[in-house]
Amino acid sequence: MQHGKYRFIAGFLVVPLALYAVFVIWPFVQSIYYSFTDWTGLSPDFEMVGFDNYSKMLQDDIFWKSLQHSVLLVLLLPLVTLGLALFFAFMLNVGGRRRKGAAVTGVRGSSFYKIAYFFPQVLSIVIVALLFQFAFNPTSGMLNSTLKAIGAGSLQSDWLGDPDLALYCVMVVLIWSTVGFFVVLFSAGMASIPKDFYEAALLDGASRITTFFRITLPLLWDTVQSGWVYMGILALGVEAFTAVQVMTVGPGGPDYSTSVLPLYVYQTAFRDAQAGYATTIGVGLLIVTMLFAAVVMRLGRRERLEF
Amino acid sequence: MGSTSAHTNEGLGRRDVIKRSAALGLIAVPTMSFLSACASSDSGTDEKVEKGTKSAKNPLGVNETAPLEVVIFNGGFGEQYAIDAEKKYNEAFPKAPKVKHTATEKIQSTLQPRFNGGTPPDLIDNSGAEQMDMGVLVGKKQLLDLTPLLDAPSYDDPAKKVRDTLRPGIVEMGQFDGDPVWIMYYAYTVYGVWYSQTALEKLDAAYPETWDDMLALCAKAKRKGIAGWTYPGKYPYYIPFSLYPFIGKIGGREVLDKIDNLEPNAWKDPAVKAAFEAYYELQQKGYILKGTPGLTHIQSQTEWTKGNALFIPNGSWVENEAAPTTPEDFKMMVGAPSSLDSSDKLPYGTIWASGGEPFVVPAKAKNPEGAMEQLRIMLSEESSKNFTQSVKSLSAFNGGTDGLALSTAMQSGVDVLERAGENVVNPRLQDWYVKLQKEQIGNAGLGEMMAGRATPAETIKKIQAFADAAAKDQSIKHYKHQ
Repeated sequence: MQHGKYRFIAGFLVVPLALYAVFVIWPFVQSIYYSFTDWTGLSPDFEMVGFDNYSKMLQDDIFWKSLQHSVLLVLLLPLVTLGLALFFAFMLNVGGRRRKGAAVTGVRGSSFYKIAYFFPQVLSIVIVALLFQFAFNPTSGMLNSTLKAIGAGSLQSDWLGDPDLALYCVMVVLIWSTVGFFVVLFSAGMASIPKDFYEAALLDGASRITTFFRITLPLLWDTVQSGWVYMGILALGVEAFTAVQVMTVGPGGPDYSTSVLPLYVYQTAFRDAQAGYATTIGVGLLIVTMLFAAVVMRLGRRERLEF
Repeated sequence: MGSTSAHTNEGLGRRDVIKRSAALGLIAVPTMSFLSACASSDSGTDEKVEKGTKSAKNPLGVNETAPLEVVIFNGGFGEQYAIDAEKKYNEAFPKAPKVKHTATEKIQSTLQPRFNGGTPPDLIDNSGAEQMDMGVLVGKKQLLDLTPLLDAPSYDDPAKKVRDTLRPGIVEMGQFDGDPVWIMYYAYTVYGVWYSQTALEKLDAAYPETWDDMLALCAKAKRKGIAGWTYPGKYPYYIPFSLYPFIGKIGGREVLDKIDNLEPNAWKDPAVKAAFEAYYELQQKGYILKGTPGLTHIQSQTEWTKGNALFIPNGSWVENEAAPTTPEDFKMMVGAPSSLDSSDKLPYGTIWASGGEPFVVPAKAKNPEGAMEQLRIMLSEESSKNFTQSVKSLSAFNGGTDGLALSTAMQSGVDVLERAGENVVNPRLQDWYVKLQKEQIGNAGLGEMMAGRATPAETIKKIQAFADAAAKDQSIKHYKHQ
C-alpha cells in the first residue's frame, strides 16, 4: 500500500493544491523574479539588474539589524509564550489540590481563568498595540503612573522611546496577546490524556512537577511542536509587524531598535518605492522562515507515543 | 484509542497528512504574495479624451463632455474643499458627467495598481503617510508638466497668469529638474516654534527673540514646574520644523541648500553645529518635558495644549489637529526661530514656509485638461477663501484672507510671513529624500540627540554618513537647487 501513497493524497487534495499553487507558489516565483529587477512599484517599466539588490542587501546595516531582531523574536517569543501557556494550562487542568471524587482537577476558579486568558485573543492585534501604546505613554501612561503611585518613581522610563527597552516592550505585548490561545490549545490537548495515567502517578506518590514532566509534556509533544511553528510564524510575520508598526517610534524604534524584517519590507516597498529591493528582503525573510521551520521539525522529532 | 502512527503498513495516518499539509501551509509567509499582488502589468492604453476648443472662458481647451476623476487625500484637511470646487467645475461644464470623487487616507495602496496598470485618475492629492514617492514618479516620467496651467489666465483676473497669483516659492517647489513644474502644492504651511500667548503671559514673558531669552524663559518655566519644550518623540522628524530655519538663520540660505544638494561635509558647517548645540543644551538643562521621547504627535500636542510645555516645533496644521484639546483662551501662536547671536547671517523673523498638499496630474491621465482646469478653479479667490475658512490653513493663492475673521494661529501665521518678507527658507529634504529625512536624520539622528543619548558631534557625524550614503545610492534620483 505504500507505493501509491502520495498520488492518493494528491488526488484528494487536487483543488486545494491548485489554489495553493496559484495563490502561494506562483507569487513566490514572481517575487523571486522581481528581486532581480529595479522595479519601483509606481510604474510598469523596469529593468533586470542581476544580483545588484542582493549585494546591496548584504551591505545594508538596517537589513542586518532587522534580521537580528526578527531572529531574536523567533527564538524568545515561542519559548516564553509556550512555557507560560504550558504552565497555565497545567494549573488549570491538572494542578489543583486533590478534592473528593476526582483524581485530577484544576486550581480553584479555573473556568474563570480560562476566559480571562483567552480574552486578548478576541481583540485584534492592532487594538492591543494601541492600548499598550497608551499604557507605555511616559507622561500619563498606566505603567509610569503606577510606578509613581507605589513609590518606585525611579524605575520610570521612556519605554518605547528607549532603544534598550523598546523591543522588549513589543515582546511583552505579543506574549500578552498570544498566550491565551495556547492555554486553550494545550488545555484541549490535556483533556485528551487519560485520567488513569495521573491516578497511577499519584498512587506512586509523584509530585506535580514530576507528573508534568513525565506524563503531561511527553503526551502533549505534538501539540507543542505545532504551537512552536505557529508562534514562530507570528513572531516572524504579521503579528510582529503590526505591533512594531503601530506602537514603536518611527515606526522602527529609536535608532532602529525595533525594526523587524516584515516592517523593513513594507517600508522599502511602500515608502521608498523600491519594490524590487523589497522583494529581495522578502526572499531573505523566506529563507529565515524556511530555516526556522526546518529546525523546529528536525529538533522536534520524538518517538511517537500511543495511547 | 487506536494507533495513529504512520509507520505501520496500514496505509496512511490521518494525522500524518494533516501535519504535513499544515507544515507546508505555515511556511508560506504572506509578505511575498502580498508584494507581488501589486505586480506590474502591461501598460494600459494611452487614450486621452479629445481636446475641446479654447476660448476666453475655457483657456485650457477642456473637452466639455469628458468625465473627470479626482482622488483626494482625506487627512487633516478633509475632502469638503475639493468637493466644493468640483461642484464649480460641473457648473462651468454642465454637459460633463458629475466629477468622480474618491477620498482615501491610503493614497499609495489605492493608486499603485492603477499606476502600474497605466490607468491612473486625472488629478491626485498625493499626501499623507502613504504619499507616493515624488522623486520616483518624476524620475519614471509618470507625471504631467503643469506649465500650461501656470501660464493660463487666472480665474478671477484674466489679465494675470495663474503663476502670478501664487505665494512665493510655490512654483519652484513643483520643479525637480529644470523648468517643468510637476507638482501644484495647494496648501501653504508655516513651520516654526508654536506656543500659547496665554501661557507666556502667565510667566510675564514675550516670545523670546534671542536664544539667551529662550534659555532664561525655560529656566523660569522650570521653576514653576513647566517644561520649556516638547516634541513628538515617536516622530522626531518634527524637530527640523524649527531647527532647519534656525540653521538657515545662523548660517544663511546656502547652508540649507548644500544640505539639500547632499554636498559632502554639508552637515559639518559651523552653523549646523551651533544650532545642534543650542538644542542639545535644552535637553541637557532639563528643559524638555520628561517622557517626551516616547510621545506621539497627538500626545505631545496634548501635553502642550494642557500647558505642561511652552514650545513645540510644528506646522500650521497643528491648529486643526490639536483643536479638540485646545482650551478656549489658549491663543495659539507661531514664532520664528530665536536669534542665536548677533553674527547670524539672516535677521530675526526668518521662517520656513512652503507648500503642502501636493496635487499631481499623471502623465497617463485621460483628461489632463480637465484636471488642470479643476486646479485653476481651486486657485481662485473664492475657493481659496473657502479652503482657508473651513480647514484653517492658508492656500497657495496669494491673498484670500481679507475680510476673513482669522483665529490667533492663522493671524500669527500671516504676521510672521509679513515680518519675514524675503527671508522665507524652504528646505527640500522632506520632499526629495523621504527616507533620509524622516527615518535617518529624524529618528536615528535628531531623535537620539534630543533624548540625550548622543552628543551633537556624534549626531553630525552620523547624519553626514547617512547623507553621503544617500548621495552615493544610485537607486534614488538626486536633485539640486536650481
